Order: sequence, then C-alpha cells, then structure tokens
Amino acid sequence: MTPAEILGAAMLGALVCYALFAGADFGGGIWDLLASGPRAREQRALVERAIGPIWEANHVWLVLVVVVLFTGFPPAFAAISTRLFAPLTLLLVGVVLRGAAFTFRSYDTPRDEVQRRWGLLFSASSVLAPLMLGVAVGQIASGSARALSLFPLLTGLFAAGLFAYLAATYLAVEAEGELREDFRRRAIAAGAAVFALAAAAAAASAREAPLVFRGLTARGWSLPLHLATGAAAVVAFGALFRRRFRLARLAAAVQVALIVVGWGASQYPWLVVPDLTFESASAPRRTQVLLAWALGVGALVLFPCLYLLFRVFKGEKPFSVMDRRP
Amino acid sequence: MDDLLWARWLFGTSLAFHIVFAAVGVAMPLMMVAAEWRWRRTGDPAWGEVARRWAKGTAILFAVGAVSGTVIAFELGLLWPAFMRFAGGIIGMPFSLEGFAFFTEAIFLGIYLYGWERVSPRVHLVSGLLVAASGATSAFFVTLANGWMNRPSGFALAGGAPVEVDPLAAMFSPGWAEQVVHVLLSCYAATGFAVAGIHAFFLRRQPASGFPCRFHRRALSAALLVGGAAALLQPLSGDFSARRVARAQPAKLAALEGQFATERGAPLRIGGLPDVEARRTRWALEIRYGLSLLAFHDPTAEVKGLEAFPREEWPDPVKVHLAFQAMVGAGSAMALVALWGLFRALRRRELPAGRGFLLAVTLAGPLGFVALEAGWLVTEWGRQPFAIQGVLRTADSVTSVRGLAAPFWLFTALYVFLGAVTAVLLWRQILHAPRGEEGSP
Repeated sequence: MTPAEILGAAMLGALVCYALFAGADFGGGIWDLLASGPRAREQRALVERAIGPIWEANHVWLVLVVVVLFTGFPPAFAAISTRLFAPLTLLLVGVVLRGAAFTFRSYDTPRDEVQRRWGLLFSASSVLAPLMLGVAVGQIASGSARALSLFPLLTGLFAAGLFAYLAATYLAVEAEGELREDFRRRAIAAGAAVFALAAAAAAASAREAPLVFRGLTARGWSLPLHLATGAAAVVAFGALFRRRFRLARLAAAVQVALIVVGWGASQYPWLVVPDLTFESASAPRRTQVLLAWALGVGALVLFPCLYLLFRVFKGEKPFSVMDRRP
Repeated sequence: MDDLLWARWLFGTSLAFHIVFAAVGVAMPLMMVAAEWRWRRTGDPAWGEVARRWAKGTAILFAVGAVSGTVIAFELGLLWPAFMRFAGGIIGMPFSLEGFAFFTEAIFLGIYLYGWERVSPRVHLVSGLLVAASGATSAFFVTLANGWMNRPSGFALAGGAPVEVDPLAAMFSPGWAEQVVHVLLSCYAATGFAVAGIHAFFLRRQPASGFPCRFHRRALSAALLVGGAAALLQPLSGDFSARRVARAQPAKLAALEGQFATERGAPLRIGGLPDVEARRTRWALEIRYGLSLLAFHDPTAEVKGLEAFPREEWPDPVKVHLAFQAMVGAGSAMALVALWGLFRALRRRELPAGRGFLLAVTLAGPLGFVALEAGWLVTEWGRQPFAIQGVLRTADSVTSVRGLAAPFWLFTALYVFLGAVTAVLLWRQILHAPRGEEGSP
C-alpha cells in the first residue's frame, strides 16, 4: 500500500466510526424529535442519558477526518470546501446548534417549556446535520456542483434514515420493558425506510453518479459486498423480530459500516469526482508517511481511552453481542 | 465590502469567539481538578462546592468551544482554500496531532462530568488531570501552526509552490517555544482572573462568614493562584516574544511600536496614535532608547521602521499599535494586582480579604480576555497583508465563492445567540451563591 492508500483507508475508517458513533447520536436526536405515544417523555430521557457522556468524543471523528484530509490531501480539501460550500456551511450550523442546544438543555432550568424549546432546537439540528452530511457525500460521489439535485438529496435523506435506524437499535439495547418495544418498532420502521431510500438512491445514481453506480453493480467486489451488506441487514431484522437486541445492534452496525465502505470503494481511486485521485491530490510523501505514523501511534492511545469511556457508561461489556438472561 | 473583507470578518469573528472558549478549556479543568483534590484531601464541603460548580461551568463552556472549534477547522477550507492547498501538507501535522488531543480531552471530560458516581475518586481525579493536560496540548499544537504562519520554515519555493517539504521543521519553526509559552500563560492568566473576578464580585456582597463566604474565598484563592502566577510570568514571556518578533518580523515590530523611521536608539512609545499620512506617532509618552533596549537589549541598536518596507507590505500601524497597547496595558494591570496579592499573602500568610483588594480583582477580571483578544489581533493584523509571512498574501488565499456576507451574518447571529445563552446559564446556575451547607458533589 502507498502512504496515500493508508491515509485513505484511515479516513474511511474514521468515517465509519463517525457514522457508527456520532451518527447514532444524531439518530438519537431524530428520535427525540419523533418521540410520541404514552412514553414520549421516557423516550427523550433515554436518548439524553444515552448520548450525554459520549457525544463530544464521538464528534471528534469528524474533526479527525477533516484534519487528515487537509494534511494528507490538501488540494482535495480545497476543492471539496469550495464546491460544497453551502451544504458544509449548513452542516456546521447543524453541528453547532445540536451540541450547544443539547448542553444548554442539560444545564438550563428543568421547567417543561424551557426543556421543550431546547429539545426542539436539539432535535431539529440533529436532522439538519446528517441531511447535509449526506448531501455533501452525494455531491462528492456524483461530482455534481449542485446540492439541489436528486441524488445528493436522496443520499441526504438516506444518511438521516440510516442514523435513525442505527440509533433505534442501540437504544433498544439500553432500554427496558415497554420502552424497549418502542425502540424495537422504531428500528424496524426506520430499517424499512432505509431500504426504500437505498433503492431510490441507487436508481438515481445510474443517472447522476455513474461512478458510484458502476461501483455498485459492475466491479469484481460489488456482488460479495452487497451480499454481505444484505446479509447483515437480514440478520439485523431477524434479530429485531426475535428480540435479540444485542445481536441486532451488531448486525445494524456491520450493515452501516459496509455501506460506508461500499461508498468509499466504489469511488476509489477518485478522491473528488471527477477532478482528483488519491495520487494527484497527495501531499508530499514525507508528510503522508509522517501522518500515517502519527495516526498509528495515536490509535494506540485512542482506542483504549474510547473503550474506557464506553466501559464506564455503557456497562461492563459495552460491545457484547449476547443478551444477558434476566 | 468585497468578499475578501467578508471572509476576514467571518474568520476573525469565528476565532475571536472560539478563542475565549479554547482558553477556558485550557485553564478551567486545571482549576476544577485542583478544587476537587483539595476537597478530597480536606473533606471541606466548600471545596466540594467549588469543584462541582466549576465542573458545570466547564461542561457548558467546553461544549460551545468544541462545536465552535469545528467551525474553524471547516472554515480553513471554506474561506481559505488556496492557503490550505499551499500549507496543508506543510503544517497540517500539528492540526492532526491536535485532533488526538481533542479526542482525549472529550473522552476524559465525559468521564469526569458524568462519572462522579461511576468511577473511583482516583480515576475521577486522573480523568480531570488528563482533560487539563489535553487542553494544554491542543493549545500547544495550534500555536505551532500559527507560529509557522509568522515564521514559515520547513520548505523551499519553486515557481510559487512548496517543495522539499519537511513537516517536522515546519512544526518547530524558529521561535515556536516563545509563542507557545506566551499563549499558554495567556490562557491561565485570562481564565484565572476572569473566575477570580467573578468570585471577588460576589465576596464583596457577602457577609464575611458562613458557607457562601467560605465557598467564594476558596474559589477566589484557587483562581488567583493560577491566574496570578501566570500574570506575573507573562511580562517575562512577552519580552522573549517581542525580541523574537524584532528579528523575525521587523515590519510587525515597527507597526506595533508605531515606529515609522529606521533609527538607532529608538524610543519606547506608551500610548499614542500612529498617523500614517504624517508618518509619525502622535501623543505618545516616549521613553528614550526604550525600544532598542527592550527589543535588542542594546540601547543603541538599530530598529527598522515601517519606511524600510514597501508601502504595500505594511500592516495597519493604527490597529496593530492600539491592540498592542491594549494588550500590554491590560497585562501590566493584572501583573500589578497579582503582585499586590502576592506581597500581602507573603506577609500575612493568607490571601488579602480587604474590600479594596476585592474591588481590584473584580475590575481586573475581564482584563485577561481583553489582553488575550488584543494579543491575538496584534499577531494577526501585524502579519498582514500576508497569511504566511512573506510567502502568501491573504488576498491570494481567499475562496472563489462569492456572497460571503450571508454566512458572515449567519454565524455572527449564531455566536451572539450562543454567547448570550452561555452567559445567562453561567450566571444563573454556577454563579449564584450557594445558600447552605447542603451541596455535595
């Protein structure tokens, strides 16, 4: 592997982590917005409890992607920032308001109307951010200069749906009793919506993002990757129906990770379609090598710390697949 | 206004906003851990109250700092893509390392804030210490990048493009240590004094006994220890920094001193207003040989004036000089208050509690952030018209995207909103004097 490929893989890995962790936090915000039924208040309380201690750490994955991009591939960062000015600006507004409103809600007076107002801002921006993230990804993949065309809009909705689905499967693990059933139903509904949006986006890609479409259909690894993604989705659904919540969480996470990897793989070797490849956008080799080493050493520090965080707040075996028998 | 100016306004506003929260993020965790440590050692509930309230304040301020810092990371590309295309491969390294420092900061702050009941006291304290260390490390790396913009190194130019890039040499450009120390001290001084000022304000309105009084006195002593020590060291660090500027960025030194003519035995000007048309600085208190002495430690040393440089490469001496005077003035006032406290504390073996001293601390409260913002303006305005000193002009760094007034107003509104809410929440939840003994972390 060249240093450029190592850095590309690291960015893709960080994006997968961003989707799996921060994505689920945004999804939690979406479920705050859509909280309903007799247990709406409990649903919101669970979301708050679940993301409170971890959202700031999860958010850093995005910062990591940005700094690796501008250090390792400066021309790509410049091109993306220029072309995607509008969606990235709105993404920032969403990121800022989501984090600020969530924190303000925790530390403002517990009066109902105050909490509701912050909650609305928190949840609305939790929809805006993934929407804009998805639009940006759609634009990068299609090489389109316009955010307001079908494929980017569909990828935006797809990202929001995917994060909501992910969050519901996570929350089902952390909930109990009736509340758990609430999130089980939500996970199934969101999963169905994700399926429909994926089909629509794939169809739109045939016209607007030929590179992605070819990656989805015609390359050697397309079929196995799709089969694996599909298998993960089937396992997730089956586990949700049979109330094997931890298994469902794992399968949903694998499904989302494979989707992100599938996007990255279908775009390779293009970093910014249709102008820049990993090679043509590369920073000096010396910088890339040094950066790759820094990422490797940093990961050795980072992952134990992250594990500790989840160990403290998500129970003794935070990533376990087996549901403990009561 | 043209889009270059809008871009500068937007980036400047974003940084001016973020820098406050960043500085607090460096210093506040240290103070918060110190208070918790005292509480664990002594069992004094007043220390516990201080630790708990400071932790809440840190939580709010860190969240706003985290998201506003993300805005900066993106704006580097959104507003200055040509700068990033040129500089990313040279100076991206410290930003990448800062990413990891940000990670550990966020992880251990999560454990600290939400983990009072979940982890052992030892793990809790260590988590807080790691937050403090990560915050300082973040500031360290970011300052390295800014230092490189002032004194670019680690590459050669070939046809306007960088070649022979050495990211490590770029990271540690000459003078990095002076600037890093100066920035870190400014964070501790500004935050320490701001917090001390708030508690001194409440102490003046409290009866001189009882739990609230003990609470505010503990808080004041810890904040003054951090802020005062930094404020006393800062003039020393400023001297090192100024001598570095004198050698590496003579045009900046000339602008910040209002020095137009090149001369030997240049005077130090206190106050005054540079008149660019007349090429002299009016109404300044001039101390003969002062500038040569300070900048080169030699009363007859030659100081280059602005006239030694092409007119189009001058920074605006009015803005730079005034910002510099504000920084030095605010810093000196803080150092004097710190000296006052130090002498009294040494003689009586406890912190002075007189109303006069409390008033002085209250008034000095905002000065640290005045000095910090002014100092940042000095270094940025003083480098203009360059984004990278002598290499890349700000005008050549800006994006081709038009209509930047819209995002400027959007983000300005956002910052006003966030700033106002943060102030109200801190006021309401953290600053109100505790009523009784009941609070325990």
